[in-house]
Amino acid sequence: MSTFLLTESPRDPAQAIYDFILPAGDGWMHEIQRGQTFRIVDLDGNQAVDTLFYSAQDFTDRYSAQDTIREQGGIYLTTGTRLISSEGHVLAEIVADTCGRHDTLGGACAAESNQVRYALDKRWMHSCRDTFMLAMARWGRGVTKCDLTHNINFFMNVPVTPDGKLSFADGVSGSGRYVELRAERDLVCLISNCPQLNNPCNAYNPTPVRLLIWA
Amino acid sequence: MTTEKILFEESLPGGGLWSWTLRRHTTLRLTDLHGGANVGLMAYNADRPLDRLNLPDTLKAQYTARLTRGHVLMSDMGHALLSITADTTGWHDPLGGHGHAALVKGKYGEATYQAVRNEWYRNAHDNFLIELGKQGLGKRDLVANVNFFSRLNVDAEGKMRFHAGNSKAGDVVDLRAEMNVLVVLNTCQHPLDPHPHYAPKPVLLTVRQTPQPGADDFCRNFRAENQRCFTLTERLFPGA
Repeated sequence: MSTFLLTESPRDPAQAIYDFILPAGDGWMHEIQRGQTFRIVDLDGNQAVDTLFYSAQDFTDRYSAQDTIREQGGIYLTTGTRLISSEGHVLAEIVADTCGRHDTLGGACAAESNQVRYALDKRWMHSCRDTFMLAMARWGRGVTKCDLTHNINFFMNVPVTPDGKLSFADGVSGSGRYVELRAERDLVCLISNCPQLNNPCNAYNPTPVRLLIWA
Repeated sequence: MTTEKILFEESLPGGGLWSWTLRRHTTLRLTDLHGGANVGLMAYNADRPLDRLNLPDTLKAQYTARLTRGHVLMSDMGHALLSITADTTGWHDPLGGHGHAALVKGKYGEATYQAVRNEWYRNAHDNFLIELGKQGLGKRDLVANVNFFSRLNVDAEGKMRFHAGNSKAGDVVDLRAEMNVLVVLNTCQHPLDPHPHYAPKPVLLTVRQTPQPGADDFCRNFRAENQRCFTLTERLFPGA
């Protein structure tokens, strides 16, 4: 078992300029300005928070999972990870993390991928991509499905074995654990608070998360 | 292979770029001519390109972080794009992505077209954008790519390391189109290839007509997930 480096933040929630509880199954699309600090709190433990970032000035300059893991030389995200864009820019850096490991290989659940993964009759179940689609439709400004790329799953643990297998391991998060990022550009953040009920990524119990922004 | 009609064949030099629409149930063979080749590849439903390769969906449905025979490259709409029907290497990389101009310049220095003509140093990102542009696609359509013939090892801490010698001269991988598939590929070096020089390797591209996969098809039956993916794909071709 690998060791996790946990880093606490000195920031006080009472000083935050934004404080919001996002229920499971809901979406959130919001601007985060350069220099601001953004925290996601796993209120009840083992929730998966599917998250994408875009440069606010240019949506084609967006979070890239492959560029991010390659540039840091490792597949897990934690304190010190710089989120790299498709154009090679640093969008944000993780500056605190009391969970210790976050996934960016597993992507988001979707009605269609649930059919492949579980059963053809699972299509009606709520999914992250449906949440993303609705959040983007409300956001407007020309954003469409082709802007949905491969996301971060905060608080999820998806190890790769030495023989190249992908496993969905028990969560390493817990009630009250959080991850905090400093925006290095003006960003738009898109979140689906995952509603998946078919696998243990949420311990079969999707729960709310708290979103905080400090100036 | 001998009984199947070769539709066409062409070689692609190292650093080269290519895109093509494979008709359903034709097969693209990639042959590593010299050993150590890398083929970065993205794929789209040619009839509806918003339906496109999704590597996270591909990997989690098949519980794998490497690609080899039996695996199916899946779209974000739950469809089968390309089935890996043959593979002599055993491992193709879905994690490493591709390099930009800055990476190539940083690793190998600069060699412009003006200075050295077609010996110039090309990069995978620009090559993808060129071929995507020819198909009416662009930056917003970039997806995570596969790197055929390359391998990364991941250790217990999650660190990734390039595995040298994964592919040798004559190694092949066969990709069977399960719908009409737009493939966009290039032969730039893997971004984590530690080779100190710009030395991308050529590949041979062979397209041949192959039989429609039957009920006993290896890729279809590789996992229950693949069977469901084939079922959803066949619904796109009612009566076919």
